Amino acid sequence: MLEVERLTKSFGGLAAVRDVSLVVPDGRIVALIGPNGAGKTTLFAMVAGFIRPDRGRVRAFGNDITGLKPHRICGHGVVRTFQITQPFAGLTVRENIMIGAYHRLARRAEAERRAGEVAARLGLADRLDQAADSLTVAGRKRLELARALATEPRLLLLDEVMAGLNPTEIAEIVAVIKTIAASGIGIFLIEHVMQAVLSLSDFIYVLSDGALIAEGPPAAIAADERVIEAYLGHGAAARLAQHADDAHG
Amino acid sequence: MTTTRWLALAVLVAAALAVPSLVRSAYLLNFLILMLFSAYLGQAWNVLGGYGGQSSFGHVVFFGTGAYTSSILQMRYGVNPWLGMAAASLTGALVGAAIGFLSFRFGLRGSYFALITLAFAEAFRIVANSVPITGAGLGILIPLAPSAANFQFRDKDGFYYVILALLLGSLAIAWWLKRSRFGARLAAVRENEDAAAALGVDGFRCKLGAIALSGGMTAVGGTFYAQYFLYIDPSIAYGVGRSVEILLVAIVGGVGTVFGPLLGALALQTIGELTRAYLNAPPLSLVVYGALLMAIVGFLPDGLVGLARLGRRRRRADA
Repeated sequence: MLEVERLTKSFGGLAAVRDVSLVVPDGRIVALIGPNGAGKTTLFAMVAGFIRPDRGRVRAFGNDITGLKPHRICGHGVVRTFQITQPFAGLTVRENIMIGAYHRLARRAEAERRAGEVAARLGLADRLDQAADSLTVAGRKRLELARALATEPRLLLLDEVMAGLNPTEIAEIVAVIKTIAASGIGIFLIEHVMQAVLSLSDFIYVLSDGALIAEGPPAAIAADERVIEAYLGHGAAARLAQHADDAHG
Repeated sequence: MTTTRWLALAVLVAAALAVPSLVRSAYLLNFLILMLFSAYLGQAWNVLGGYGGQSSFGHVVFFGTGAYTSSILQMRYGVNPWLGMAAASLTGALVGAAIGFLSFRFGLRGSYFALITLAFAEAFRIVANSVPITGAGLGILIPLAPSAANFQFRDKDGFYYVILALLLGSLAIAWWLKRSRFGARLAAVRENEDAAAALGVDGFRCKLGAIALSGGMTAVGGTFYAQYFLYIDPSIAYGVGRSVEILLVAIVGGVGTVFGPLLGALALQTIGELTRAYLNAPPLSLVVYGALLMAIVGFLPDGLVGLARLGRRRRRADA
């Protein structure tokens, strides 16, 4: 279980994340949504150790991991993927996944076997010997996920793994994420593809201007006025309701 | 590696072992020793610069430290130079770890790292020039006392076998880096340090390990040099020129490859010898040497190993 408690970060005078508290239980899929520039990626970066928070605590599975280095946080079972994919470009797909596998396995043969298993799970099995930088966008997103999964995490932080994918590819990756969560791994994801978020998540947090403005199950969030306003602008909720009334009336 | 490759390697090693009994020309044997020696140093550089992606412009700092370690121990404290070589590997690794700690702690990368290594090498040269223990500008002259126990040999055969063994050792280390967890992590850090960190790789420790290993290996080369030529001074031990030679061997041959430095050393030594032998005016030979270097670096960004790979691919495409 991931517990974030009153996490705060400012860059100069700009409060990127303000007093955010949230919980990601094991085996659940929790989404973090919000307009561009809301501070979602900054929050992720703080949880994963890439940015030091100004205030607040992050606990993973009962341990305080606030301000630890990223590789130590990985050791606590918390692994992130990157919004802009970061493949080890000069290495093959297999070698990329093996870096993740080496986190728990010291022997090459074992790491190689684990890489093969994970690749099969993500539909990368026939591309193992390909150079990582020759993959398509969809392939790179899968590779990000595969590498993270190979570390045997207990909690995955997925930063927009569906951005840039076509509907078929999204359906495939949604299925994969569901099986990962079903195996007991907590999933915390940032996503813009609303259809996927609403069908996939057990719980949703909405971030706007660095602060949480709503939280709840998908159905409640989709109907929440504050959320609609944050996305579509002031007064949008009222206009939408008006529009719906006119259409029905 | 496939069986054929192992077989090819075994034949190559057997041939290399037979060389001194076949080659009776001291000139040719000296040429081979210097070639193997520069291949060894190139491979040592390659551990950090090729596999680790941290290009050092001052590798001579390890070379000189190794040369001085064994020579000072031998001349001042009567320590056997073989033991001195072991000590050199330690001081080289220590100097490497210290430079690595200072540079990597503060996130120096790319040309900044290259420049700081260059600066360290110069600082070491100046210190060696001014303290009594190194003999300052006079240097250290190791008296001739040929015996294998003393790491001096009556003829060149002995030096040939020693440098061949060192080179094979460095190739084994390079091969291990290609196959091991440490090597994989080092490559990951080279390719993308943030992504590696997210996957649990401690980039700082990896780079520190690589520079210590590379420094230790290079320092052993320093001891070999001191025993072969029996004289060192600050500009021999810590001269910028050798730093450049060391990294050229790896770059010309193929950075981050097991056999690149060997190919690079063969090419550079041959070009160097030929231009010296056939162009009698010294400046002219250097001009030709430089032009050839530029051609290799310009047209073969992956080095000579890249050329071999290209040829193989072309043949496959033809077939």
